[in-house]
Amino acid sequence: MRGPFLRKLTDLARHDPRVVLLTGDLGFAAIEPFADAHPDRFYNVGVAEQNMLGIATGLAEAGFLPFVYSIATFVTRRPYEFIHNGPVLQKLPVRIVGIGGGFEYGAAGPTHHAIDDVALMRAMPDISIISPADHLQAVTALEKSWGLGGPVYFRLGKDDTTVVPGLDGEFEIGRAQVIVEGVDLALVAMGSVASEAVAAAATLRHFGVQAAVAIVASVRPEPVADLCALIERVPLVVTVEAHSVTGGLGSLVAEVVAEHNLHARLLRCGVRTGHSSVTGDNAFLNSMHCLSRDALVQQVLASVKHA
Amino acid sequence: MTHAHSARTWAAQIRRIVLDESRRANVGHIGSSLSVADILAVLYSGVLRASGPDDPDRDRFVMSKGHAALALYTALHLRGWLSREEVAAYCADGSLLGVHPERAIAGIDFTTGSLGHGLAYAVGAALAARMQESSRRAFALLSDAECNEGSVWESVMFAAHHGLTNVVAIIDANGQQALGYTRDVLDLSPLAARFDAFGWQVASIDGHDSAQLFDAFTRPTVRPQVVVANTVFGHGVSFMERQIAWHYLPMSDMQYSEALRELEQQACADPSSVS
Repeated sequence: MRGPFLRKLTDLARHDPRVVLLTGDLGFAAIEPFADAHPDRFYNVGVAEQNMLGIATGLAEAGFLPFVYSIATFVTRRPYEFIHNGPVLQKLPVRIVGIGGGFEYGAAGPTHHAIDDVALMRAMPDISIISPADHLQAVTALEKSWGLGGPVYFRLGKDDTTVVPGLDGEFEIGRAQVIVEGVDLALVAMGSVASEAVAAAATLRHFGVQAAVAIVASVRPEPVADLCALIERVPLVVTVEAHSVTGGLGSLVAEVVAEHNLHARLLRCGVRTGHSSVTGDNAFLNSMHCLSRDALVQQVLASVKHA
Repeated sequence: MTHAHSARTWAAQIRRIVLDESRRANVGHIGSSLSVADILAVLYSGVLRASGPDDPDRDRFVMSKGHAALALYTALHLRGWLSREEVAAYCADGSLLGVHPERAIAGIDFTTGSLGHGLAYAVGAALAARMQESSRRAFALLSDAECNEGSVWESVMFAAHHGLTNVVAIIDANGQQALGYTRDVLDLSPLAARFDAFGWQVASIDGHDSAQLFDAFTRPTVRPQVVVANTVFGHGVSFMERQIAWHYLPMSDMQYSEALRELEQQACADPSSVS
């Protein structure tokens, strides 16, 4: 997602002189189009994420639209207080771009696995949270969020080619996208692991189970109305996220179910265990956390069977 | 009247209002506000350029040591941006004027309260000014103990690397922090030499001397500038001076009376400080 996202940002910056891109010394083979096109609006601040957020706060107060860029864990965990006391508390339009939601940095290990970034951002008020499912949706989300006056967190994947079938790059602030209809259950997915959810839904049809699939990229504003409309039609809702089940999409859907008196059962598929020393690539780690299409199918079938 | 004389008048008024409002609100952080009274008086009486608090091309000021906000509110009042009634609501329920400054208040450019953030804001503000081809400057007032925070040095490195000559860091070097003296807690010395080694122009001055402060703030520079303002914590009230406890304590009525008496004696000794 990062390549198309940054290319779109480069284009939009041609027409909007407020845009500044700051990086914490990361983005090889991704940030160059912006740096080449707008060298006077590109700063590599060095390995200093706190200062990067502070500078962005100062730029935004003066009328700029700063984007800060790093690996998702580095741009959320290290400068967390700077995000809170800067753009969040002061209601300034800083855009925080975190790369590698979930296990996308694979063998780089748990310091690079963004499995709590959405929870961290959700714990703060007044920051929009966008976690696209593919690169087409990431580009649309960038455009649709352009006018938001406060801070935005973009949780992007590294995959620049995979497309979630049926999504067609759609995105609306505060909306969910229902891309597959089904009456037996609803799979609700966030981030690039959504493609596993779509594949799982296809497999489930072979077992006679009709699963709807919805994408939640606008994590905040929360797509409450869309989620209610979807969940009230099915007996089972299954959340799918390469993220801790605490504080992320699973928690969001649990809140919606509980607060809107919905009667669907809830199965949260996501990271439930503590950090492991076991290494592997994104697919391996997703599978280890039961987020592969096969693991999702098994969990759904077990849940349907015991209904 | 010279600017130095005018600033001394402002500083005396800041100290008086700091005492009055701290007593009324029954809150502490008095020593820190007294420590920076002269610095703020010089800045707001004649250094910071702004046609008003909403002037987009105003010089920016960041009160990075946010716990001395009462002194800043008073300076904003003297500048004409806050009414005396608003300052009299310091720490009152429902008021915007808390112990730490909030951006919703006219004249407060950045919300602060947690140390180590403000210099980065000022560096961003200075970078913005350069990108907008404005001659405005950005000032940040830090405590010396705030330099314990690693983030301060991230900002110091960035400003030097990018040659931001329009940023001024002011260190309120009173040698004290929350639980002790800086030399005992985490020694910062030689502070001026450390900034110099990081590529900043250093002015180490008496932080209670209006003429020295004005000179330092208006000196031409080819590097980012730090003014190490050597100050006395609690300056002007003898029983508070250099006393750790006055980071926290509110005054009793008797202490308040004694503090006022001392300020009046100083005014008699320096008639130029009385308007």
